[in-house]
Amino acid sequence: MSSRTKEELENLIEETIDIYPEKTKKDRKKHIQVMGVEGDQKCTSMVSNKKTKPGVMTMRGCAYAGSKGVVWGPVKDVINISHGPVGCGQFSWGARRNYVNGTTGIDTFPMQVTSDFQEKDIVFGGDKKLSIIIDELETLFPLSKGIVIQSECPVGLIGDDIEAVAKKKKEEYKKPIIPVRCEGFRGVSQSLGHHLANDSIRDHIYEKDVKGTSIKETSYNVALIGDYNIGGDAWASRKILQDMGLNVIGQSTGDSTINEIANTSKAKLILVHCYRSMNYIARYIEEKYGVPWLEFNFFGPTQIYKSMRKIAERFDNNIKEKTEYLINNVYKEKTDQITDKFKVRLEHKKIMLVVGGLRPRHTIPAFNDLGADVVLAGYEFAHGDDYQRTEEYLKHATLIVDDMTEHEMDKFLKTYKPDMFGSGIKEKYQTQKAGIAFRQMHSWDYSGPYHGVDGYAVFARDIDMTVNGHVWKNITPPWKSCSTETCEGPNCNCANDK
Amino acid sequence: MENKTKIKDHMDLFEEKSFQETFQKKKVYENAPSEKEVEETLMWTKTEEYKKLNFERKAVVINPLKACQPLGSLYAAIGFEKTLPYVHGSQGCAAYFRSHFVRHFKEPFPATCDSMTEDAAVFGGHNNMYVGLENSYKLYKPDMFAICTSCMAEVIGDDLNNFIKNAREKGSIPEDLPVTYAHTPSFVGSHITGYDNMLVNILSQMGEVKEEKKDRINIIVGFDTYTENFQEIKRICNLFDIDYILLSDPSDVLNSPTDGDYRMFYGGTPLSDLKDAPNSKSTILLQKYSLQKTAALIEKEWNQKLKIINPVGIKGSDELTMAISELTGKDVPAELEKERGQFIDAIGDSYYWVHGKSFSLNGDPDQVYGLTRFVMELGGDIKHVLVTNGNKKWKKEMEELLEEFPQGRDAAVYHNKDMWHFRSLLFTEPSDYIIGNSYAKYLTQDTGIPLIRIGFPLFDRHHLHRYSTIGYKGGINVLNWIVNTILDETDRKTIGTRSFDLIR
Repeated sequence: MSSRTKEELENLIEETIDIYPEKTKKDRKKHIQVMGVEGDQKCTSMVSNKKTKPGVMTMRGCAYAGSKGVVWGPVKDVINISHGPVGCGQFSWGARRNYVNGTTGIDTFPMQVTSDFQEKDIVFGGDKKLSIIIDELETLFPLSKGIVIQSECPVGLIGDDIEAVAKKKKEEYKKPIIPVRCEGFRGVSQSLGHHLANDSIRDHIYEKDVKGTSIKETSYNVALIGDYNIGGDAWASRKILQDMGLNVIGQSTGDSTINEIANTSKAKLILVHCYRSMNYIARYIEEKYGVPWLEFNFFGPTQIYKSMRKIAERFDNNIKEKTEYLINNVYKEKTDQITDKFKVRLEHKKIMLVVGGLRPRHTIPAFNDLGADVVLAGYEFAHGDDYQRTEEYLKHATLIVDDMTEHEMDKFLKTYKPDMFGSGIKEKYQTQKAGIAFRQMHSWDYSGPYHGVDGYAVFARDIDMTVNGHVWKNITPPWKSCSTETCEGPNCNCANDK
Repeated sequence: MENKTKIKDHMDLFEEKSFQETFQKKKVYENAPSEKEVEETLMWTKTEEYKKLNFERKAVVINPLKACQPLGSLYAAIGFEKTLPYVHGSQGCAAYFRSHFVRHFKEPFPATCDSMTEDAAVFGGHNNMYVGLENSYKLYKPDMFAICTSCMAEVIGDDLNNFIKNAREKGSIPEDLPVTYAHTPSFVGSHITGYDNMLVNILSQMGEVKEEKKDRINIIVGFDTYTENFQEIKRICNLFDIDYILLSDPSDVLNSPTDGDYRMFYGGTPLSDLKDAPNSKSTILLQKYSLQKTAALIEKEWNQKLKIINPVGIKGSDELTMAISELTGKDVPAELEKERGQFIDAIGDSYYWVHGKSFSLNGDPDQVYGLTRFVMELGGDIKHVLVTNGNKKWKKEMEELLEEFPQGRDAAVYHNKDMWHFRSLLFTEPSDYIIGNSYAKYLTQDTGIPLIRIGFPLFDRHHLHRYSTIGYKGGINVLNWIVNTILDETDRKTIGTRSFDLIR
């Protein structure tokens, strides 16, 4: 099917939002736009990072999820206390697949540590309890390199002074004890949690002069940030950087340590993968330490090679030559093989994507490398600068949706009937019920890595197995006919005359 | 050209030499403790000394076996026909509850929320609720809302009753639309408390008590995430050919077909049945600790005869069978008696493999009670029984049960401990097997003790919730999981030795 025209898409928007009560309709209209039309107005008019209308079944989470789940959670040698009632920590325990090397409970702490607030903690405050908790953690986990206090909703509402507790305990134990005010009611999504976590890294690591270990000074020292090592992503990216001749002196926050975070400011260049969640710290380090930063994209060969060259540009001929050699003589053969193998199976397949604040734009070119076409993209919690950065990746008029609601998702799935929808776990099984293949694009659906050259192979394999799963041709029983739109034609198991 | 590249994902890729070298290089920058330090600390955490320190802690909770109230509330709510669960509070809560259930059931779990933010913290969440109910109603046209709260709304003291009244007056929802609600603070109890709170409120707010009782029984399964149990109890009631109402039945909505047409609502207890439930003669509860307030309502306000049965294993299934028979005056159907015989037959075939092995169990109080009894019926020895959300009454009842069997005499019961305590126990006094939920796989990782997965949540195995665990038929499933895990382990242990038997 050829892509839809701008007019068709605008009609679709009207049709979709018509069901909402007037105010909600007016609001939602500002969050759904047609982008990627040549000569058209740029996406600066997209309204984003605003409160979700109550009652619409949003995909979004909260600031705690952004701070504990996303930014701080993967730092392996600190203990994250989910400070408040038991649920938040329980639901975010082990659910993100930010891989680490280490021994759990000894030198790495991907556990559910909570203050498990009871009624009396709400009434009398939780500071005293917090203080005891820190003592107990010091006793039981002597090798931890710090403690991060992740505030849940009640903490900010009952007027606790977690900063005072942290300060006192930090002096006592001589290690970073970091309070984060990431109560779930703050802000409009996970995004504020990223920002608050970045701020706490700034205030408690760089501003407090956590020095980090001494690093051998070379002109090739780089730091990798905004990679959470989902299914090993950061390791796959790191390998490329090393192959290029660069020293990765810090990795944040996937499989990172507090020391590596501190090392970041000693790099010659900071490489930012997830701009949305870690641009704040990059800007800060640039300002304070004069270290420049560079965004890059390691999804799919087109962007990997473009990014490698962009990174190499910042270094001497040695690196540039190495990079060219690497691309032309080592990597290209591998990625071409993958593309050759899977492109025939994925050519012209229609993909719909709604993910966090980065991946839709970052993965569009990787889908394109495989011949697939992204027909609709959306972000859960992107800001204006993310939408601006999306523009360059769009090849044709594309529907872009901010903070998509369940109703809109249902409608767009029915309208587009994509070959695959990529989004989160809450969306997965609803999509499959609708007979549409689905892949979790937060957790890589328990697979990965997807970053880098090694990751491209896994990505291609997974997208193929998703899109071309035999089961999706068997949605309609053979004694019934598909509607013409859904019918898979000769591949379909239905009773249509083919 | 079919290329020969084998695609390696995370399971093989990072074992490659180049990655292992990368990890070594990275260590230089990590400032990690030395391998010796890690090893020594690891060994120390396995000692009696560490266990003592671990059990001395008063404040911190590590790897608990419980979630918060609203999670349970949503589960109670979704079991009613065309009912939309609705969370009054921050939106992250709803996202977490939904994803938690979705990961377990591998099914969609619809619920809306009213996305309270900072301004609601200052002014109250009433406006969020007016707009939230209006939007939800317009989009989904539920026949009933079931509203619970998450902590924010509870801390600031929002008044659901008033808000709902005002929402009707403002026209957010129709005047006559049933809206049930429960206050479910996350800082009180656990998910089973929330199940109880939501259910008791739905029952009391919707139930229409009449003078006359009908010749009918109510059945409440409780916070039981084996959806097939709801189907199984209906099947048993149908064998008895009795009139019954199953109160909260999520087994259809959490098992809807993939046929190209997603439906948000599917099955559930009809609202007409819900309204008439107070007028049944009696009620059977299949859980106790997740239904404490519900039990009180039924007994005291509905004046019904109440039986509480834990229907797992031989005794539990017998009690269930006899309770239905007694309350309805019907004889035990021949079919069910045959099923009992088949269950006993299966146990006779298998118990030799269970007898004398030792087991440590953790999970929710009701579930652990039933399983512990069944393991002892199979001849298994009980080592540790541990829950996070139990009370002293449960502990006492548990200890009485353990006294009944020689297999229970050496067991220790913990009613408010967590899995980090459990880890210490398994190092100092190990058992042969663990029975628990998916989180318990971390205990297996640490201690090497194999896990038999029974409980909630089960994230890392598929379809287990599609099997029943109650009654004679369900008992065979539980037996199957236990005995075949033991046999798998036996093979693993004996591979390459003379004991690697073909027939076991």
